[in-house]
Amino acid sequence: MAISGDEVLHVAHLARIALTPADVERFSAQLSSIVDHFAALAAVDTEGVEPTAHPLPLSNVMRADTVAPSLPQATVLANAPEQEDGFFRVRAVLE
Amino acid sequence: MTAIATDFETVIGLEVHCQLLTQSKMFCSCSVDYSGAAPNTHVCPVCLGMPGTLPVINERAIEFISRTGLALNCTISSFSKFDRKNYHYPDLMKGYQISQFDLPVCLGGYLDIEVDGYTRRVGITRVHMEEDTARLLHRTDAATGEGYSLVDVNRSGTPLMEIVSEPDMRTPAEAREYLVRLRQILRYIGVSHANMEEGNFRCDANISLRPRGQAEFGSKVEIKNMNSFRAVHDALVFEQQRQAEVLNSGGTIPQETRGWVDDSAITVSQRSKEDANDYRYFPEPDLPPLRLARMWVDDIAAALPELPAARDARLRALGLNEHEAATITESRGRAEYFDRLAEAIALGPERSPKLAANWLLGEVSRWLNEHTAEIDEFPLTADGLAELIRMSEDGQITAAVAKDVFEKMAATGKDAATIVAESGLAQISGDDELTEIARKVIAANQRAVDDYRTGKEAALNSLMGQVMRETRGRANPQTVTSILKRELTVK
Repeated sequence: MAISGDEVLHVAHLARIALTPADVERFSAQLSSIVDHFAALAAVDTEGVEPTAHPLPLSNVMRADTVAPSLPQATVLANAPEQEDGFFRVRAVLE
Repeated sequence: MTAIATDFETVIGLEVHCQLLTQSKMFCSCSVDYSGAAPNTHVCPVCLGMPGTLPVINERAIEFISRTGLALNCTISSFSKFDRKNYHYPDLMKGYQISQFDLPVCLGGYLDIEVDGYTRRVGITRVHMEEDTARLLHRTDAATGEGYSLVDVNRSGTPLMEIVSEPDMRTPAEAREYLVRLRQILRYIGVSHANMEEGNFRCDANISLRPRGQAEFGSKVEIKNMNSFRAVHDALVFEQQRQAEVLNSGGTIPQETRGWVDDSAITVSQRSKEDANDYRYFPEPDLPPLRLARMWVDDIAAALPELPAARDARLRALGLNEHEAATITESRGRAEYFDRLAEAIALGPERSPKLAANWLLGEVSRWLNEHTAEIDEFPLTADGLAELIRMSEDGQITAAVAKDVFEKMAATGKDAATIVAESGLAQISGDDELTEIARKVIAANQRAVDDYRTGKEAALNSLMGQVMRETRGRANPQTVTSILKRELTVK
């Protein structure tokens, strides 16, 4: 199944990745062959097989509703490239 | 050419997001009590989305969402799982929100609402569990004039429940009633403050129009940014009108998201809605699925309190009218106080419920309003108030004195009998004592006496008032009336 250049650009946009036209061409080919591989998986007969929600045989891993101390504000902000009045400061995101 | 306006039917569905009343966050042990706290002080590596951290499900949140599902007549899934909803926005620390896609905890319930005398059953599609996002403040740089955002992560990771209704509502009034009833239930079962103004109860509305009689839905618009029940109602009224005008002038409604602007009372187009595909949901690999045992669910169901609709029906069966029953069942605290009071009054099924309702909606409500207090802050116990009501009912004190004693009980914490004894407020029913006072009053109010004797019955009230003043309200009104009438006919 062929993944078009537009589809590559759409997925790249969702992931916020900038691609050159050469990238688009390359990934279009690579993603197409990956999706082809799923076609092989899809051919397997899975009649009566439960979908796998999780690879480990675990369920109901939960914690009690108790509070533990949080980090000090200075630690939280320690690696922030920009901060202001105790907040992280980021560029405005325009939709 | 004249356009004939089509008769449209409005179709409304609501999505409610509601923060749960847990102590800690959904997937980490940070406190959710961040209201008023300095930014980024209720935060840890998990809710900051640091690499290498692992979320762990808060058991209490699962209990709360199950309780909600049961109260909304949903099926609690014996198997459910969490999924990642991927999108980029600075309020999302990990680049995805942990939510539930195809296997939510609760499925297929309903909520009955009553509007203008008819009942509508609103289907509940699903209730799923997710985490709240960080809070953003949008600012403009004074130096460069460029916009930027400030991020406070405190809210991020707070347990958030999304309740999705079927598109079953047909008017903005129904939508508002649905929200009122939903909020009431959430408060009854103690899972959320459900306060829209505080932001722990938020509502997005989907609305579309279709020619009446048409089966297919029209294309829907999602409305956001509504901060009160009134705003939800007004936004739907506005949007209903706007869509009808567009359709009647031959236009089409694009599927889009619109924001309600409270100040100008209009909706404005926001961004075009992404496809669910663009969120690239996939199972959350960091969280094993939930298998909720039948017994665990049954225990939660058994512990549910009596819900508002059932209480309302029960109180009406006790003889209360529609207004009384609705007002008393508005909050669980008030409804439970009513039950305790009616039981403590113990004057039989004919009188007790009515007396309890009269006092609760009369003196108690007045006191609560005056003190801007909730019923759980009301100082009188049901037993204490019942004693006062019984004293009034069996004639130990007059109704007027009872109100006075009520105030003193609330102010001092003393019981009714003590206050009555200390202040000498016991009712005077003795004929001799009252006759003496009545004669004094008659002698001092010749004009009222003349009025009465010339046929003005109302003059009796004025004399009655004088006797009450003389006795500080302690005189038995019936006795006084008959004494006055007797004395006035004696020439």
